[in-house]
Amino acid sequence: MKFARDTWLIFQRQTQLLLRNPVWVFVGVFQPVMYLLLFAPLLKPALNAPTQAAAYKIFVPGLLVLLAIFGGLFQGFGLIAELRAGVIERSRVTPISRLALLLGRSLRDVVSLIVQAVIITLLALLFDLRVFIGDLLLAYLMLALIALMTSAVSYGVALKVKSEDALAPLMNTVAQPVLLLSGILLPLTFAPGWLQGIANWNPFSWAVDGTRALFAGDLGSDKVWQGLSITAVLAALGVYWAARQFARSVR
Amino acid sequence: MIETRGLRKSFRSRAGRETKTVDAVRGVDLDVARGEIFGFLGPNGAGKTTTLRMLATLIEPDGGEATIAGADLRKDPAEVRRRIGYVPQGGSTWDESTAREELVLHARMYGIGKADAQRRAARALDAFQLTEYADRKCKTYSGGQRRRVEIALGIIHEPKIVFLDEPTTGLDPQSRAHMWDEIRRLRGDGMTVFITTHYLDEADALCDRIAIMDNGEVVAEGTPAELKREISGDVVLVGLDLAASPQAAKALDGEPYVNKLETVDEGGLRLYVDEGATAIPQVLRRLDHAGLELRSIELHRPSLDDVFLTKTGRSLRES
Repeated sequence: MKFARDTWLIFQRQTQLLLRNPVWVFVGVFQPVMYLLLFAPLLKPALNAPTQAAAYKIFVPGLLVLLAIFGGLFQGFGLIAELRAGVIERSRVTPISRLALLLGRSLRDVVSLIVQAVIITLLALLFDLRVFIGDLLLAYLMLALIALMTSAVSYGVALKVKSEDALAPLMNTVAQPVLLLSGILLPLTFAPGWLQGIANWNPFSWAVDGTRALFAGDLGSDKVWQGLSITAVLAALGVYWAARQFARSVR
Repeated sequence: MIETRGLRKSFRSRAGRETKTVDAVRGVDLDVARGEIFGFLGPNGAGKTTTLRMLATLIEPDGGEATIAGADLRKDPAEVRRRIGYVPQGGSTWDESTAREELVLHARMYGIGKADAQRRAARALDAFQLTEYADRKCKTYSGGQRRRVEIALGIIHEPKIVFLDEPTTGLDPQSRAHMWDEIRRLRGDGMTVFITTHYLDEADALCDRIAIMDNGEVVAEGTPAELKREISGDVVLVGLDLAASPQAAKALDGEPYVNKLETVDEGGLRLYVDEGATAIPQVLRRLDHAGLELRSIELHRPSLDDVFLTKTGRSLRES
């Protein structure tokens, strides 16, 4: 009960601060929209897709997973700013739950990601993308789990390194291979066997496959439950690890 | 209110390939009474902040014991947290939120309900004369206003003890005097106040009792008056031309009322005497007799800096 209340308290505060600065909505949507407008048209011929809508069904889920990964991984910067301002230290001398300090922030990140995802989905509808609402909600659940994991990990790393100068290259180094090996921009069906072999070890590649299956309306596909299970386990591990970092910084 | 025995903390620091252990705090014993302003005086790096952060549950001691407001620091830090307030040195407010929001949030982090938190915030804003700026963003505040918000945050839950880490560092003289009044007001409300400072005048004027810390250890403890009384006698500073100093030293050396004599580098003498008031006329007569012209004469009562000097061999101003 106290934990839920504490989490809600932090979530509210973080959301309020986010809304006060609406630039993020613009920034967060501008880039994906550029991909939709300037990159996606290349896909129909490149993917040999029968229609533009079919190309979007492949591209949009990848784009959303990309947003979830990157949006989450870079949240640590905000925490470093808060560390520097003394806000975290101030929270630590109160009896507030340490896990709530983490989860309140990560849930804010999840909600802001879902808002971005909804905006992008709506825009894609204009380009004739069609998805069943039930499948779409499951896809959003997948995105939420990914964002929860990446943002929690980012916060945990931020607490450890305590400096933007260390966090930026670290996160970029992690994000780049994850991105290339997950078939986000182009499906890995085109990849040579060895590349596919490596990608099989990339959990995000499973998440992308699962999300694509959902966008394709293929709810029964094994890829859906596999992707969801893998991301759920990873999210739990990520939150557990980051929570330990929060708890360890102070008992 | 605060009782510590043998509190210790060392840090490992890595310089290149070597790991060095730095003993930041080496066995601190303190007894702070209810309702007093207790000052922790010492140069930067003496271990004041580390001790304070241990007492405020922010870092775990390596050894020793402490009881804070009746709760055991080692066994029950959560209970300690409920009973204390802590105001860090480097600030604790967020640029983009307002004083009122910060106060309400902070009260609620202590488990206080929303309506009660809002009432407390309003009362604190009023008490710290912040109502006028309450709904402006913190980044628009002056240094003094911001520090007042931070102190208000530290006491929003009405703790028994509040720890203030260098509360006046970086403030202009007027804001500093204002802050001293605020701190005295906290004591007036029955709170025990524990502050760290490296300002001698602050420790002297504000604190009921002080502990002087150097190199991780408490080297002296008592009321400012007690500590100064330990330094026997007064200091008479005689201002002379550089050329005249050696002659004057010769004239005064061996006089019965001079306990110790030092020449000052820029010219002049420093005389340690038992009683300044009776020594000065005799010094004047002696120098007049020797035909030496003096530029100035000053009587110094011992300061906390002299206490620091006798305990550590260095002046606090130098370190």
